[in-house]
Amino acid sequence: MIHRYEFLLALAVGLFALGLLGVMVRRNLLVVVMSLELMLNAVVLSFVAAAAHTQTLHGVAMTFFIYVAATCEIALAMALLVLLVRRNGTLDLATSQELKG
Amino acid sequence: MTSLSLIPALPLLGFLVNGLLGKRLPHAAVAVIACLLPALAFVLTLGAFATLDATGQPLTDTLFTWAATGSFHVDAALYFDQVTAVMCLVVTGIGTLIHVYSIGYMHGDAGYARYFAYMNLFLFFMLVLVLGNNLVVMFVGWEGVGLASYLLIGFWFQDPAKTAAGLKAFIVNRIGDTGFLLAMFLLWYYAGTLDFQAVNAYFGSTPPAAGVMTTIGVLLLIGACGKSAQIPLHVWLPDAMAGPTPVSALIHAATMVTAGVYLLSRLSGLFVAAPDAMTIVAWLGGLTALVGATMGVTQYNLKKVLAYSTMSQIGLMVMACGLGAFSVGMFHLYTHAFFKACLFLGAGAVLHALAGEEDMRRMGGLARRMPFTFGVFLLATLALCGLPPFAGFFSKDEILWSAYASTNGSVALWLVGTAASFLTAFYMFRAIFMTFFGASRVDASLAHHIHEPPASMSVVLAILAFGSVVAGFIGLPQWWRELLGVTAPFYDFLDPVLGHTPLRADVAHSTEGMLMTVAVLVALPGIALAWLRYGRTPVQASAAGSNNPLRQLVSEGYYFDAFYDKVVVRPLGWLSATFLARNVEAPLTAVTLLQPAHAGARVTRLLARLQTGGLQAYVIYALIGLAIVLSLGACNG
Repeated sequence: MIHRYEFLLALAVGLFALGLLGVMVRRNLLVVVMSLELMLNAVVLSFVAAAAHTQTLHGVAMTFFIYVAATCEIALAMALLVLLVRRNGTLDLATSQELKG
Repeated sequence: MTSLSLIPALPLLGFLVNGLLGKRLPHAAVAVIACLLPALAFVLTLGAFATLDATGQPLTDTLFTWAATGSFHVDAALYFDQVTAVMCLVVTGIGTLIHVYSIGYMHGDAGYARYFAYMNLFLFFMLVLVLGNNLVVMFVGWEGVGLASYLLIGFWFQDPAKTAAGLKAFIVNRIGDTGFLLAMFLLWYYAGTLDFQAVNAYFGSTPPAAGVMTTIGVLLLIGACGKSAQIPLHVWLPDAMAGPTPVSALIHAATMVTAGVYLLSRLSGLFVAAPDAMTIVAWLGGLTALVGATMGVTQYNLKKVLAYSTMSQIGLMVMACGLGAFSVGMFHLYTHAFFKACLFLGAGAVLHALAGEEDMRRMGGLARRMPFTFGVFLLATLALCGLPPFAGFFSKDEILWSAYASTNGSVALWLVGTAASFLTAFYMFRAIFMTFFGASRVDASLAHHIHEPPASMSVVLAILAFGSVVAGFIGLPQWWRELLGVTAPFYDFLDPVLGHTPLRADVAHSTEGMLMTVAVLVALPGIALAWLRYGRTPVQASAAGSNNPLRQLVSEGYYFDAFYDKVVVRPLGWLSATFLARNVEAPLTAVTLLQPAHAGARVTRLLARLQTGGLQAYVIYALIGLAIVLSLGACNG
C-alpha cells in the first residue's frame, strides 16, 4: 500500500507537469494563466504534504505567503490579459509575437 | 622627476597647452608660452651642464622600466654626458632663439598657435633623441622629429606642393629609419643590450667578425643618411624649404639634420672598431660635401642655396666622424648651428621684406635698404666660408686637418674637403652679390614694402651673428694653442667621451699651419670668382642659365629626383594601379574583411530564428537550460 505522503508528492508532481504542459502548448491565454495557477497549487500541495509529514508549521506558513503572492499575481495577470484582449480582439497567444529576431 | 626629465617635459607641456588651447588664447599668450618653456629648458640644461662640468660624472635619470621580457630589458632612461650636453645646449639655446624670432615672422598667420605647438613638439622629440640612454628611447625621438618635420614642412597645407614636400621628407626618412632599425636588431643580437654605454663597451672590447661590424656600421650610416640628408637620401632637404623659414633654420639647419652626426658620435666606440665602415662614412660624407656644394652653385632660390649648403656642411661633419675625429665633427655641428641659423633667419628677414619672394633673380641691391640684415648675413657667410677669425674657420679647418692627418685620412679626402670649401665660398658670395648688391630687380609692387625686420627678429639675428663670430674661440686648433699657450675648452670637455683624433705618426704640426693657409687661400678665389661673375656684371632678372649639359646635370640635382621618380615612384605606382589593386588588394579584402563579415551574418541569421517572439518557446528554452544545469549538477555529484 502506498504511503500518504508519497502519494501527495506524486500528485503534486503530476499537477505541476500538467500545468507546465499547459503553459507550453496551449494557445488560449486564459488557459495558460490557469495552467500557471495549477503549477503554483501543485507547489503549495507539496508544502502542505511536507508540513503534515514532519509535523512542523514551516510548510503551512509558506502556503500563506504563496497565496498572497498568487493573489497579487492573478490580479495583475488578469488586468494585462484584459488589455491584451482589447488590443488584439482575441485570446490567441500567437497574435502576440511581435518581439522576434 | 628630476630636472633632467624636465628638460624635454617643458616643451611637451608647451605643445599640449598650445595644441589644445592655443586657438582660444590670445596670440601674445601663445608666443609667451611657446618661448618661455624652451627658455626654461635651456636654463635647466645650463644647470645640468654646470653639474656635469663640476663633477665630470654623467647624469642619469631612469623614469621607468619600459619593456622587460626574458633577457630583453629596456628602460625609459635619460643620460646626460658631454656629447649630450653640447647637443642639448644647441637644441634648447638655438631653438629658443628661433622661437623668439618666429614671434615676428609668423605674426598674423592663421595657424599661429598650431605653428608654435608643432615647434615645441619638435623640440620635445629632439631632446628625447639626444637625451635617450639607449637606442630605443633615441628611436622614439628619431621618429618624433620626423613627424614634427613632416608637420612643419607641410605647415601651409592648403598648398598641395608643400604637403607633398612634407610627405617626401617623411617617406625618405622612413628609408633611413629602416636602416636604423635593422642596425638595432643586429646590435641587440650581438651585444644583448641597447644601452649606448654597454653597446660601445661591448663592440669596443669584443667585436664580432669584421663583416658584421661593417654591416652594422653601414646600416647605422643609412639611418644617419636619412636624417642628415646625406647622399643618396638627401633629396628631401631642398624640398623641405617649403616650410616657414624659421622651421628651415631650426630643423633643417641647426638641429634635426645633425641627428645623424649625433648618432655616429654617440656610437663612436662601435665605429672605432669597424674601420671599413669608418672609411665608407668618411668618403660618403666627403662626397656629400662636394656634391652638395656643386648643387648650391646652380640654384636661384635663396633658401635652396642654403639648403644645399647645409647638406654640404653636414657632409663635412659626417666625414669628420668617419675620420675618427668625432669631437671635431661635434665642434663643427656646434659652430654650424650658429651661422646656419643666422643665415636662414637672415634669409627669412629678406623673404619677410619681399612678401615671400625667394628667387634671387628678383632681388638685388638690398644692402642699401636693409643694412642690418645684410650685416648679419655677411658675418654668417664669412663664418660659413671658413675665413678667420669667424667660428666656421676653426671647425672646418680642423675637419680638413683631420682629413689629411688622421689615420683614416688621405690627401684625396683633404682635396675633396678643400674643393667643397672653395665652392662654398663661391656660391655663398654668389648669393650675397645677387641678393644684396647690384641694381634692384625687385617687383615694383614690393619695392616700397622693403623694411628691416622688427625688433624681436633683429635681436635674434644679432645674437646669432655674434655667435658666428666668437663661437669658434673655445676650440682653437692645436697649432694655435701651442702658439698662444691656451687650451681648447671644447675639445677638453668632450675628451672623456669622444677622445682625440687618431693622427698618423708621420705628420708634423707645422703642416697644419700650411694647410690652414691653403684653406683660407682657396676661399678667397671663390669669393673673387663670385664677384667677377655675379657682382661686377649685372644679373639679368630672367637669367635662366646656359644649356650646358653639365650645368643642366648639376642644377637638376644630378637627376636624383628624376631617377627616384623613374625607378621607384613610377614603377610602384604602376604596380599598384595594375597588379596590386586587382590581384592582391581585392582578394585580400575578400579574405580578411568580406568573408568573415558574411560568415558572421549567416550565423546571426541562424541564431535569430531562435528568437520567435513566442512566449512558449522561451519557456521551453528555460526548461532546456534548467535540465542542462540539473544534469550537470547530478553528474558532478
